[in-house]
Amino acid sequence: MTVVSDRDQLRYIAGQAADARVNVELETEGMTLNIGPQHPATHGTLRIVARLDGEQVIWAEPVIGYMHRGYEKLTEVRTYPQITTLVNRIDWLGSFANEVPFILAAEKLMGVEAPPRAQHIRTILFELSRIANLSLFLGDLGVQLGALTPVFYAFRDREYVLNIIEGATGGRFHPNFDRIGGLKDDLPKGWIDETKAVMKKMRRFCDEMEELLIGNEIYQARTRGIGVIPKEVALAYGLSGANLRGSGVDWDLRRDQQLPLAWDKCDWKVWTHPDGDVFARVWVRLQETREATKIVEQLVDTLPAGPILAKVPRIIKVPEGEAWVSTENPLGEMGYYVVSRGDLGPFRVKIRSASFNNISIASWLLRGVYVPDVIAILASLYFILGDIDR
Amino acid sequence: MSSSDDLPVVVVDDPRAAVLDQLRDRLGDALVDAVHKPGDDLWIRVRTEDWASVGETLKSAGFHYFCFLSAIDWLPSPYGKGEDDPTEPPPERQTEVRPGYCGGETRLQLLVRLTDLDRHLGLTVKVDVPDDEPEMPTWTGVFAGAGWHERETWEMFGIQFLGHPDLRHLYLPTDFERFPLRKDFPLLSRMVKPWPGIVDVEPMPAELDEDAAPADGADGGDAG
Repeated sequence: MTVVSDRDQLRYIAGQAADARVNVELETEGMTLNIGPQHPATHGTLRIVARLDGEQVIWAEPVIGYMHRGYEKLTEVRTYPQITTLVNRIDWLGSFANEVPFILAAEKLMGVEAPPRAQHIRTILFELSRIANLSLFLGDLGVQLGALTPVFYAFRDREYVLNIIEGATGGRFHPNFDRIGGLKDDLPKGWIDETKAVMKKMRRFCDEMEELLIGNEIYQARTRGIGVIPKEVALAYGLSGANLRGSGVDWDLRRDQQLPLAWDKCDWKVWTHPDGDVFARVWVRLQETREATKIVEQLVDTLPAGPILAKVPRIIKVPEGEAWVSTENPLGEMGYYVVSRGDLGPFRVKIRSASFNNISIASWLLRGVYVPDVIAILASLYFILGDIDR
Repeated sequence: MSSSDDLPVVVVDDPRAAVLDQLRDRLGDALVDAVHKPGDDLWIRVRTEDWASVGETLKSAGFHYFCFLSAIDWLPSPYGKGEDDPTEPPPERQTEVRPGYCGGETRLQLLVRLTDLDRHLGLTVKVDVPDDEPEMPTWTGVFAGAGWHERETWEMFGIQFLGHPDLRHLYLPTDFERFPLRKDFPLLSRMVKPWPGIVDVEPMPAELDEDAAPADGADGGDAG
């Protein structure tokens, strides 16, 4: 048995193995490890096929499609209001955020703009779904790395956020609250005070996470310098969200593009981290959760009065045209390319979901890492299966 | 807001106009058509033969961020919205292939979205895919992220990507035949049973009279 210690040599073998795909003969006895499709570390039904050399991965490939629901085909036979129900189920932890870009694309084609109050409430709910989504991520990451406590904190505190989302929209997970031209309803009485109280709790949760997890020595040893994505690679793979900002790219669609939403009306900051490793991505997400609580607090204070629904025809027909709208969702850039033929439903909708691009880098990133790091890296890329498979 | 068939208006101070001028320079004859909506978005269509080099050119022109790659089938669906009564003969439908922005001569078109992070703007690139033999060169050498997108486009639209290192099924089972996102692929669940949701889009009988006027008025306002 030859011991392969030189890293370059290992890389070479990994490259050879990737070329030869399955029937690879190595000097050391290799093993193919199948992680998933039913594995707690995969948040659903992602399967990772990894070829191992001892403890080291020489080649890994994500296998997806176990949850493919064919939304792009379904959109062609549905009307615009019906599609919001579908897109709710793409990223199921931050559902409201999925509706917004689609509705904005339809509004852009129709030449309708939601009233200021609706824009504010949309942004508030958008950020609330970000907090609900990312708080679960922070807790879940602990589990992946062997720390069980954070997830209980995360589930406890996420419940407060889900409660206020439910208070406003009537749905905990799938609000289906956005309408072309505005929103379904106004906010209930007493909601703003409750939201402010919850935002305080969520900031305390972020502090707790920082002390419990991020400051922990074992955690740092497990995450620092692991799964490094250089800036150029991140851009070429189309990574977005915290995965991109964790690689030092200062790009946030909330700040860097003009949309009829209220992010430009409050004071917040885009966080980046230059390291590009697991730690950087998690750290950026933690800061983002904090910023989101600040955005919500500022927006509920400056909520303008007025109607919540613009004047739109009862039967929505979208004029002919093409529009692309994307927003910075909890997982990254989520966008819809909507082609309309002046019909009740779209001609074609291309759904660009963040996780699809974010996980496509996995086979590049997992080469040469150790098996326990596979779990840490996958957790830090942060994907939702519904967002990959659509 | 302008309607879709307005001619592009050139606004000098719009950064997109500058980008379009730059792309006209760089791409030369490869740029077939362009649509510019000031303050909104930018579309270009490039020549099929030049597809392989266009990726490199756009990347060097500042569009480093790969957003997505997909395709559009411009054939109107022979099954409509899948709302036909299966007991009746199917109604007459339009079969003319009519492309969208930037035109096009073929039924299938590739659609790519790239973003320039420095100038804060995006670009939609379209290219015709030959009808008789849907084959295009791959972009994986330029944007590594195109790999999965091309696999998806291949299995959903049947467009071959020459030079792709690993063109296998991504979502569908390995032995799946035909291409689901092509318009002539029927959505079977809609074919076997009439869609009950059809009643949702019909106006209530009592509202017919009063609603007709404002609905038309709003539509007319958009067009004007």
